Amino acid sequence: MAGKYVGQRVKRTEDPRLIKGLAHYVDDVKLPDTLHVVFVRSIYAHARLRKVDTSSAAKAPGVVAVYAGKDAAKKIGPVPCASALPDLKVPDYRVLATDKVLFVGHPIAAIVANDRFAARDAADLVSVDYDELPAVVNEEEAAKGGPVIHEQFKTNVAYKLTAGEGDIDAALKSADRVIKQRMVNQRLAPVAMEPRGVLARYLPGEQELTIWTSTQIPHLARTQLALMIGIPENKVRVIAPEVGGGFGSKLNVYGEEALLGWISMQLGRPVKWIETRRENMQATIHGRGQIGYIEIGCKNDGTLTGLRYNVFADLGAYFQLLTPAIPTLTGLMLSGAYRIPAIQINVTGVFTNKMATDAYRGAGRPEATYVVERAVDLVAAELGKDPVEVRRKNFPAPNEFPFKTATGLFYDSGNYEGALKKALQMADYTKLREEQKKARKDGRLMGIGVSTYVEICALGPSQAMPAGGWESATVRIEPTGKVTVLTGASPHGQGQETSFAQIAADELGVDINDVTVIHGDTSIVQYGIGTFGSRATAVGGTAVLVAIEKLKEKAHKIAAHMLESETGNVAFREGKYSLSSKRAKAASVPEPVLPAGEAPAAALPNPSADGKGVTLQDVALAAHLAKNLPPDTEPGLSATYFFEPKNFTFPFGTHIAVVEIDRETGEIKFLRYVAVDDCGKVINPMLVDGQVQGGIVQSIGQALYEQVVYDEQGQLVTGTLMDYAVPKASMIPWFELERTETPSPVNPLGVKGVGEAGTIGATPAIVGAVVDALAPYGIRHLDMPILPEAVWRIIHKKSPSRMAS
Amino acid sequence: MKTKIKLRVNGVERQDEVESRLLLVHYLRDVANLTGTHVGCETSLCGACTVLMDGQAVKSCTIFAVQADGAKITTIEGLATNGKLHPVQEGFWERHGLQCGYCTPGMIVAASQILERNPNPSEAEIRHGLEGNLCRCTGYQHIVEAVQYAARQGAGARK
Repeated sequence: MAGKYVGQRVKRTEDPRLIKGLAHYVDDVKLPDTLHVVFVRSIYAHARLRKVDTSSAAKAPGVVAVYAGKDAAKKIGPVPCASALPDLKVPDYRVLATDKVLFVGHPIAAIVANDRFAARDAADLVSVDYDELPAVVNEEEAAKGGPVIHEQFKTNVAYKLTAGEGDIDAALKSADRVIKQRMVNQRLAPVAMEPRGVLARYLPGEQELTIWTSTQIPHLARTQLALMIGIPENKVRVIAPEVGGGFGSKLNVYGEEALLGWISMQLGRPVKWIETRRENMQATIHGRGQIGYIEIGCKNDGTLTGLRYNVFADLGAYFQLLTPAIPTLTGLMLSGAYRIPAIQINVTGVFTNKMATDAYRGAGRPEATYVVERAVDLVAAELGKDPVEVRRKNFPAPNEFPFKTATGLFYDSGNYEGALKKALQMADYTKLREEQKKARKDGRLMGIGVSTYVEICALGPSQAMPAGGWESATVRIEPTGKVTVLTGASPHGQGQETSFAQIAADELGVDINDVTVIHGDTSIVQYGIGTFGSRATAVGGTAVLVAIEKLKEKAHKIAAHMLESETGNVAFREGKYSLSSKRAKAASVPEPVLPAGEAPAAALPNPSADGKGVTLQDVALAAHLAKNLPPDTEPGLSATYFFEPKNFTFPFGTHIAVVEIDRETGEIKFLRYVAVDDCGKVINPMLVDGQVQGGIVQSIGQALYEQVVYDEQGQLVTGTLMDYAVPKASMIPWFELERTETPSPVNPLGVKGVGEAGTIGATPAIVGAVVDALAPYGIRHLDMPILPEAVWRIIHKKSPSRMAS
Repeated sequence: MKTKIKLRVNGVERQDEVESRLLLVHYLRDVANLTGTHVGCETSLCGACTVLMDGQAVKSCTIFAVQADGAKITTIEGLATNGKLHPVQEGFWERHGLQCGYCTPGMIVAASQILERNPNPSEAEIRHGLEGNLCRCTGYQHIVEAVQYAARQGAGARK
């Protein structure tokens, strides 16, 4: 469907408040009489708590209350984990530490004071007596033995899981070549620019607890927080106001959210906690964290025969909402864009004395794509073939879809060759390879990296999801004809206030400015799942579309009644129901349905029908006045739909990175960056570009700059943005972006989702380009982030030990 | 101990008594109730708190309110004139220069300063000029386009 709005570069309706500084993030919501909370957090990665003395803090000026572990542990349920895996060891994760602290940043006590400064001052007066224990930092070593974090489990291995289809042993045995490589997906910090924040207010009269929280999942959070705090869910209201970025880090339920709610109930006053960046680096979930070993088998002609991935997943000390499930997503996507007859993943999930890993943009799929794409590059290098040729050789053809993989998925639709071809043309690949030859002759280090990714999006069918994979929408036409869309998705930058309004405006034939999209308030919006996994438009947008179709069925009947005709003689076009021309004369002008002078309807115009047609607005008014409706018609004009997708969607594309390395400094410079993404049908190309660009930059971050570093004592070395290298504007090249459009058969919009494409597709292209540039030095693989120092050492052939001496 | 300060914020004269340790950003947000200026890192890295102090872009999370005594401060709320958006604000809207919007006020203020100093910056100059402002959503390309758009509207010539 292309329309007046759908498919167009429509400017965002959410922008005016944001560019004027008038939007309300959690910390901008101010309630009178609010108290402020500051946390005392563990300075050790692993220690027994001998004593937590809060008596001095409690007496400090401005302090209203101090809560330590055991106070809260008795009253508040554990932080939830929604993943169910066989034989999973689930630790008891309390909102405040009780006997032991298990990671730097583990909350120990909460200080509540009249303002944040008094609370901060008093936090220094809490005396914590620690018995330090040896820290468990490396997941691979921790799986083998050593100190145990959760004594009751007697091991640091939280679970082991094997998945995949086909006879992998036979596949590798029968291969002409088997290539093995250790690959690391380092820990990353999501770093939403707005840290987390919570404001909780309990109204004792109404017995209603309202929690404003920076979240991607207000409804799921409401359910979980009600259970944790132990109050009825229908007495809890969760509001996700403006949310300043999430990237998965706010797809969670955190102990602080429950604790703040509980404290506001204890004290009968609003309480607020705004996370500092240091806390955000320590105690908001991290992503990735996999050390793996691949074995890939191939024939001499480049045909892939099998892939095995043995991976140690660094889970952290506790589970957040989806922690153990993330590596299972890696397993699902190990076939990449290729026909691989046998695939096996062996996951060892390991506890470490670090913050939990969980869903960070891509959530398990960037890891898979990285592994597969790097493996294919290794095959090409081994066989002396062009990496593009090996990819092509193993693509399923467009007519092979739905394509069944050896990971148990059915890819919905795809034309991998189409996207590849377009990207090669844009980059002028043949010429680039010639330039590279020449550059090498001149002693320049130029490299080209190609990634032909596929991702799993629109999460997802409820059968495959921990807590429902559908999404909801209510569409209402108000008595004045304005359109209200309530979505269960919870956009926080993706722009669905605009893209959903585009869908509604086209379907209803109204001006886009007459549509308002509301989200993120559990007392206003019907239950929903939220925004993550590139699902909001594919699942939530479809719910909007189908709700509109339902609403229009009813409007059509009312319109026909108003026109004194049969529905079959009435057609809807551009916001108006009209009689077919033959019948128009026959119909008489209906009586006005609204007696004049009656309040409150007096303020409303009369629904008008000229005998030939009625507008949707007229129908809406008539539906609400309900004085002349068809028999047995419910008054009002609103429809709700819960859309359950039958499959995931599988967007794909080709990314090509071209880099040059400075021999003197080891610095990596981009010469070109070309990407062709296929996310199915596009509602708003400008928003799609924005998603892709932002995603690629997070990939550049992983490939070249970012890593969460804990030292051997488990101290967080990258605790601020001075140490954790979020890419800056000057580090980023100009992206040359195009699209191909292969509609998804999974939903009537034909959309696939695009929120994670850049983060999934780009990383292997960038690493591949750097490796390619260093191929003259015999390099076939490098671990991320590829820092200039490592590159410089390769060029200058000096080992770290020689440098140190 | 509290200190009396007098300053002009978005053209409005203000007098307040503040604690010496109160940061300018907290003064703006909590005392002047201008919550468009955000806190993103507390280490002067991210630039979400950027405001103009006597015409100079500064990070208000690393300036004490008492240091702003006697200064003219312009925040994101004060950038539009007579209800008309500043060309940089317009550019961000036209070119989708924002997603979650959290870094946006600081970005817009910083970009307005870039154009004031150099009305026709190159792409590289824009990227260099925005080095003190982090954005995690956009990937910066649309921000660069937004600033270029504003430059074409003559943002730099504006006083």
